[in-house]
Amino acid sequence: MTQALAPSVAPAVVRWTRDQIAARVARDIPDGAVVNLGIGLPTAVANHLSSDKEIVLHSENGVIGMGPAPEAGAEDFDLINAGKQPVTLLPGGCFFHHADSFSMMRGGHLDVCVLGAFQVSAGGDLANWHTGAADAIPAVGGAMDLAIGAKKTFVMMDYLTKGGQAKLVPACSYPLTGVGCVSRLYTDLAVIDLADGAGRVIDLAPGLSLEALRALTPGVTLHLS
Amino acid sequence: MINKIVASATAALADVRDGATVMIGGFGTAGQPNELIDALIGTGARELVIVNNNAGNGDTGLAALLAAGRVRKIICSFPRQADSHHFDALYRAGRIELELVPQGNLAERIRAAGAGIGGFFTPTGYGTPLAEGKETREIDGRMQVLELPLHADFALIKAEQGDRWGNLNYRMTARNFGPIMAMAARTTVATVHDLVELGQIDPEAVVTPGLFVQRVVRVDRVATSAGGFKHAA
Repeated sequence: MTQALAPSVAPAVVRWTRDQIAARVARDIPDGAVVNLGIGLPTAVANHLSSDKEIVLHSENGVIGMGPAPEAGAEDFDLINAGKQPVTLLPGGCFFHHADSFSMMRGGHLDVCVLGAFQVSAGGDLANWHTGAADAIPAVGGAMDLAIGAKKTFVMMDYLTKGGQAKLVPACSYPLTGVGCVSRLYTDLAVIDLADGAGRVIDLAPGLSLEALRALTPGVTLHLS
Repeated sequence: MINKIVASATAALADVRDGATVMIGGFGTAGQPNELIDALIGTGARELVIVNNNAGNGDTGLAALLAAGRVRKIICSFPRQADSHHFDALYRAGRIELELVPQGNLAERIRAAGAGIGGFFTPTGYGTPLAEGKETREIDGRMQVLELPLHADFALIKAEQGDRWGNLNYRMTARNFGPIMAMAARTTVATVHDLVELGQIDPEAVVTPGLFVQRVVRVDRVATSAGGFKHAA
């Protein structure tokens, strides 16, 4: 399903769907890369990895070389991913304990991680673990280790909140997950590299102008790459 | 002669006291030693400090221990899950203390305790609320946070194969915290499905050497149940 933006904001824009965003992320992952896909939106990237590339999926609970979900009825809940969903193991894959698994991240051995986000700042700060709401139960899992550990941290998110506010902001108002760690944003409206406190726009959704994207993103410097 | 085999989970946990710090293996339900948790509930020990990645799933295992009101504090990385209702209720009622730790810091703090390391600096968490009040230092051009080791009185873990020396291996992602928790506790109790003679575990495939393990209990194999995520409707 494609969905048009409110006409007052940008008349003829067609947003990329979540599947299209996932496919775009998948295209940008090079052959041979070791990748961690975060819980939520990023999980969909796995469905778009091309079979002519060999890409190794890591999950922080202690597995590398993950394959697709098992057939219904063949699930084994001793073989799960970080989202606690049943997965399979490809030939060459293996298991390891948690300290080794997080050494793979913190030690800079993962090429790419793809995370969801509540907010990302122009300086690459990430907020994705806690809304800061008083009654929310905080849970961080491996997000902070992943964000700072992979060689490249990609974020996949809707560009705007449900209320129409940009999630790319001058400074995050939600509690941070990591400082200056995000290198690229994949969204329904644009693909943007973050460097030196500004956004370099690589791709714009059909019908969206740079001026319209700037108008949606107050306080953030955006220029075309 | 060394013989770490104990006849039952109940016998293996007879000396757990009120206020003990107990590490419990498992990531969600994978690797969660349900028989040992049931025996821990059976000891009647109270005011426990529990270290686990999560805070229980559904109504069994760690969730049952929480529901029984035995836990004063939980140290974990990811308490809130689709089926963590017992923890959620205790937390919202102010009846349990939570120390939230990034998952890799949790693992490394446990490993540090087992390895005799007095602490370590890590970039994980720098600039976030989870590093507030902690010492920081720039190392290798990067800001890092001091994290301290996490010791325990007991570690309760689930393994696959074991022998009377306490050598262990694990099953797939059920390995998760088992090897490092075994290192970090004064007394490590492991359940195994397959109790074998010395030498029957391929020496190249022993994951936890027996010196990290004090007690081994054989339990029947039960398929690990699903937990921690939303089932499709």
